[in-house]
Amino acid sequence: MWRNTRSGWGIVSILLHWLSAVTIVGLFALGWWMTGLGYFDAWYNLAPWWHRSIGLLLLFATLARLVWRFANPTPAGQGSRLEQLAAHLGHVLLYVLLLVVMVSGYLISTARGRGISVFDWFEVPALISGLPNQESIAGEIHWYAAVALMVLAGGHALAALKHHVIDRHDTLTRMLSPSRSRRG
Amino acid sequence: MFKKTALAAALGAAALVGASQAQAADYVVDTEGQHAFVQFKINHLGFSYILGNFESFEGQFHYDPENLEAASVEMEVDVTSLNSNHAERDRHFLSDDFLSAGDFPTATFVSTGFAPTGEGEGTLTGELTLKGETREIEMPVTLMGEGEDPWGAYRAGFEGSTMLTLGDFGIDMSAFPEVMHELELYVTFEGIRQ
Repeated sequence: MWRNTRSGWGIVSILLHWLSAVTIVGLFALGWWMTGLGYFDAWYNLAPWWHRSIGLLLLFATLARLVWRFANPTPAGQGSRLEQLAAHLGHVLLYVLLLVVMVSGYLISTARGRGISVFDWFEVPALISGLPNQESIAGEIHWYAAVALMVLAGGHALAALKHHVIDRHDTLTRMLSPSRSRRG
Repeated sequence: MFKKTALAAALGAAALVGASQAQAADYVVDTEGQHAFVQFKINHLGFSYILGNFESFEGQFHYDPENLEAASVEMEVDVTSLNSNHAERDRHFLSDDFLSAGDFPTATFVSTGFAPTGEGEGTLTGELTLKGETREIEMPVTLMGEGEDPWGAYRAGFEGSTMLTLGDFGIDMSAFPEVMHELELYVTFEGIRQ
């Protein structure tokens, strides 16, 4: 029940999925709110500090999640072949947008060669800096990719509900309980 | 006695050569060797100064030591090349809160006159266009030196600085302390004679 099987998600995948989902939505809300702060607001520096720290931890977790995904079986798709294809493309796009958002965010703060501190525990070094207009271009990409991610995530949730309510598949319950992964 | 004469002759010849080198000419600001800097200095909440550069710019000037009033300068600065050594701060400066560099990526200076005020010094007058706003500014300028360089070119170098009132250029600093309403613009550059 830790690992996935062809009939269900294991606990690790389920935890990674929901913790990521909450974190991603939370970071979007925090990010949007913090860009509306003024220079003299008490949270002007603190909010980005939280946003960057959580964002980088999410990046590491997502990379681990991808490794786990490829090291595990994937539960069988549900619905018509077209639906399964669309679902697969949608999921790939979710991963792509997620990585684009996090990497672009990283490239904003490291544009002048400075590393990013994660909760003052450790610093992630700047690997790419000094690109022309790096901080501005990365900033634009970061925002638009984040909005696209939210829209796609919304569609993802609606699709899951469609499977659950309309089709009566166990798509959603598979992601809520590891019991189906107990059967080989 | 002979040595002194020889030395005097040599110095005299050098002076003549030096004098004949100074002439009315067009110069290109040496951005290739980067012997040119455009810097700003602005107070930070009364605690210290923020210093920054515009890293990418180009310019040319006309300089005639015999006719200083005819001197003219043109500079074009890539505003998006702003660098105060802090990525998030640079993004903020370039944003619509300050420079709106997305809409106004270039700042220019075109001189309209030059008035000598002393030995190697004068006041440069010209039009500065920043964030789409054009204002006449005056900048005291010093000629630091001119002459041949070791690699075959002739150079003339200057420095100058002036205070800019940011509000004049559509940059709203009203939310910030009074000390931050003005910014010092400092330039120093060598031109290579063409």
